[in-house]
Parts: sequence; C-alpha cells; structure tokens
Amino acid sequence: MTDRAIAADVIVPSDLAEARRLQDEIEVGLQAKRYGDRDLFAIKLAVEEALVNAMKHGNQLDPAKRVRVAYSISERAFEIRIEDEGPGFNPTDVPDPTLPENWERTCGRGVHIIKSFMTDVTYHGRGNVVSMSKLRNGSPE
Amino acid sequence: MSQPRRQRLAVEEIGDVTVVNFLDKKILDEQNIQMIGDDLFRLVDEMGRRKILLTFTNVEFMSSAALGKLIRLHQKLTTAGGKLVLSGISPDIMEIFVITKLDKMLTIVKDEQKGLQSF
Repeated sequence: MTDRAIAADVIVPSDLAEARRLQDEIEVGLQAKRYGDRDLFAIKLAVEEALVNAMKHGNQLDPAKRVRVAYSISERAFEIRIEDEGPGFNPTDVPDPTLPENWERTCGRGVHIIKSFMTDVTYHGRGNVVSMSKLRNGSPE
Repeated sequence: MSQPRRQRLAVEEIGDVTVVNFLDKKILDEQNIQMIGDDLFRLVDEMGRRKILLTFTNVEFMSSAALGKLIRLHQKLTTAGGKLVLSGISPDIMEIFVITKLDKMLTIVKDEQKGLQSF
C-alpha cells in the first residue's frame, strides 16, 4: 500500500473563521490517516496557536493581508508551514512564560505551547514564517 | 451592533461557593473568551463572590487565549481575599496548564466534589 500524503497549499485572509475552517480540514485529514487522539489534540492546538499568531499578531487582522498555509499529512508525520505578511518577530525575544515573573504577561504562551506540543518548530525569514512538524505517536484505540 | 448574548456559563451557588460550568466544548474564539471573562469578572466585581469553582467537564479544547482570563480572575480573587479553584480538566487540557507551569499558580483539583472541599 502506498503512503500518499494528504497535502494542501492555500492562501487565506486574516480571518479567524478561516483559521477554524482550516483546522477542521486538517482534523479530517488526520482522522483519515488514523492519527490518535493525543496527536490530534496536540496538532490542533499548535495549529490554532500558530494561525492566531499569524493573523492577529502578524497581520493585525488586516483583511487585506493574507496568510499562506501549506501542510501535508503522511502516515509518519504532520508538517505545516505558515507565512504571514507581518513584520515578524525574534522568537528568542519572547519572555519565558513559565517563569513566575512572567505568569501574568499575556504574550509568549502560544509560542511556548507550540514548541512543547510539536516535534520540531523553526522560524524563518524575519520571523513571519513558521515551519513545524509532529511525528505520529499513535493510532485510535 | 450588539449580538444577542448566548449563554456560555452555568452558574450555581452551593453554600458560599459559586460553581461555574463552562457550557462550550471549545473555548477559542476571542469574542467568546472576552464575554466569558466579562461574566466571570462580574461575579467578583459586581456580585461580590469570593469563592469560585470553575468546572471544565464539558470542555474538550481550549487555547492559550483563555489562560489570560483565568489568571486575571485568580488575581482579582486573591486581591479580594478570595479563592479560585479549577476542576474537571481533561488530561489533554491539563497538559497545557502543566507545560505553561500555571498548575503551580492555580489550584487545580480532580472534580467538583474535591473542589467544594478545597475552600
């Protein structure tokens, strides 16, 4: 049997409803490839955080600015690349949200969650592109 | 133009504890989170509640956007001499609290019954 990946490359407006639609599409793909519930939760969460970062913090929810999303789902791994039109950021400048002195700050938690739930996360360019992947850990019971 | 408010929380008084159940399965949408925050803060600021138990039994998915409101609620209650307790959190969502170390800041218990005993 061949492992033909499910893949898409789309450009969407900076609209959080579009983020939800994409997440639903990715969830259907992960279920079709029989990813387990824990993988599903981790990937949905990381995609949510990354898309909100791109649309809200990157593109400032400007409807004229777009987000490009390319992903693939194989039997082995989920991979996604998200690019916004914002000024980007330096991930090393983000305060560590796990330190008690930063608990009350609202920024940085999404980036930390993405790193924790995905196998690999890389920021490119001026920090307006993120690539992330997660190796599959299990199948449904 | 304001939209009709959909009920997102079920609030019940058990003794002197205000028990708040989230009705949504997903806590994601920023507008929803804002309204949930407003409703929770009103319990403290306007209704004078000091012991609040949040139950997450219905919640299957939430993102970091909601965490800010929980921290703010915790701060408000602590400042007012009250207490916030979280209960009924699924293992997946618990991982978010553990990874962000907010499990060290917030009081989190297994279920509503344990929550009622923790005030």
